[in-house]
Amino acid sequence: MQQELAITALKVGVLLNLLLMIFSGMTFIERRLLAFMQFRLGPNRTGPFGLLQPIADGIKLFFKEEVVPEGANKWIFIAAPAIAIITAFLSVAVVPWGGTVTFPHWGILPDFLEGRPVLLQIADLDIGVLYLFALSSLSVYAIVMAGWAANNKYTLLGGLRSSAQMFSYELALGLSWIGIILLAGSFRFGDIVRYQDGWFWHWFLFKQPLAFLVFLVAGTAEANRTPFDLPEAETELVAGFHTEYSSMRFALLQMAEYVHMITISAVGANLFFGGWMSPVAFLPDSPLWFILKLAGFLFFFVWLRGTLPRFRYDQLMDFGWKVLVPLAVLNLMVTAVVVVALQ
Amino acid sequence: MNIDAVTFYVAAALALVSAIVVVAQRNPIYSAFALIVTLCSLSAIYGILGASFVAILQVVVYAGAIMVLFLFVLMLLNVRPEERFAGESLRFKLLGVGLAGLLAAQVAYVLWRFAPSGVAAVFDASSRPVARILFSPQYLYVFEATSILILAALVGSVALARKDA
Repeated sequence: MQQELAITALKVGVLLNLLLMIFSGMTFIERRLLAFMQFRLGPNRTGPFGLLQPIADGIKLFFKEEVVPEGANKWIFIAAPAIAIITAFLSVAVVPWGGTVTFPHWGILPDFLEGRPVLLQIADLDIGVLYLFALSSLSVYAIVMAGWAANNKYTLLGGLRSSAQMFSYELALGLSWIGIILLAGSFRFGDIVRYQDGWFWHWFLFKQPLAFLVFLVAGTAEANRTPFDLPEAETELVAGFHTEYSSMRFALLQMAEYVHMITISAVGANLFFGGWMSPVAFLPDSPLWFILKLAGFLFFFVWLRGTLPRFRYDQLMDFGWKVLVPLAVLNLMVTAVVVVALQ
Repeated sequence: MNIDAVTFYVAAALALVSAIVVVAQRNPIYSAFALIVTLCSLSAIYGILGASFVAILQVVVYAGAIMVLFLFVLMLLNVRPEERFAGESLRFKLLGVGLAGLLAAQVAYVLWRFAPSGVAAVFDASSRPVARILFSPQYLYVFEATSILILAALVGSVALARKDA
């Protein structure tokens, strides 16, 4: 029991640090990539190739003054970034990063770790996909709270827009997963990934192409990324719901958004690209495949940001409800009929 | 105490405290947030009892969907904190105490009548068994009728909200 707890604590620690590293790395990579796509240089002065830029940014944000605006609701204003980051980190708990790996016999580890198989996932819930759905619906609160508590019309508008958007696209996002769940016959991430074993044409990307398109669009909207970054449309709303935030609270909100993007990417890699399964049947499955697929998704999000202009708000809502949701439902109905017919 | 017991007591205490805050708080926004905390701690208790599916549904449906609508309305209408109600306060207080007493008596009766005999019956409330019961002939028609009712309500509310109708 205590050994299990120790291993879980170890996994949580490693994953949290890994996420923070990916987050700070992504802020740098995103800026450099965007600059490359726009024929600029990007941050290249801090350290070799500007590699130390995230650290410099972190130190700068840390030493900034924390401002709570006058007339703001202080407690909710302070709680909002905390809730954002908690829900973002909690949702990573069910995402598998690989299959079971075995600790090697190095002789330097504690006895109970030597040669012990460990699942590269914090919680292997039998309802993992639903858990993720629940947490993404909770993460809306952070944005609503942040927007409302600052007592500023721009933040309120940004917060309301953002929550309406996340709300609408969450539905399409959830519906796009259900076809996969029907085919795999399980809500468990591990089962869904193992179902896609073998050659790459076993991936759900090829069995559920429509669901993948819906997932891609709804996932981008869910992560508040361009072209769906309406909540922070700077030409009309200053910076949306986080206009009034400064210093580390701003950094926490930013971090939560990046962790969301990483989660969406990880889910996409697991559900549609076979997670840690290798694309070629005779090569071994390994967490490296998962990292590769994750990186592909993250690059895609940056690429989108460098390419597409922002939607108009009413277009966004129309598209979500009148195109994505019907498509997802259609896909679900066809999948259900096929599953029953094949039984 | 094992870890389940600790989690249970923490979640139960949180549920009780936040439920009291929901009622006692005069600012409706705080009440709404406290209600979200209550719903989430209840979900944690369901999770400890092994009903993970019910736990998740509690969060998705109540905390995730319904409470967002509550908050939207509260924030858009800019509801002010409640004023203290002047006059007739004694009569209302007596009524409140009477109703609370009635509720306490009911709870006490149920607890006494159906006292758990040792271990509760083990029911696997994960998604598969729940679905089997829900779609069994016994409940299928009720379930479908409820779905149609909700759909009708949805269409009706959209029709009512249309300005040009």
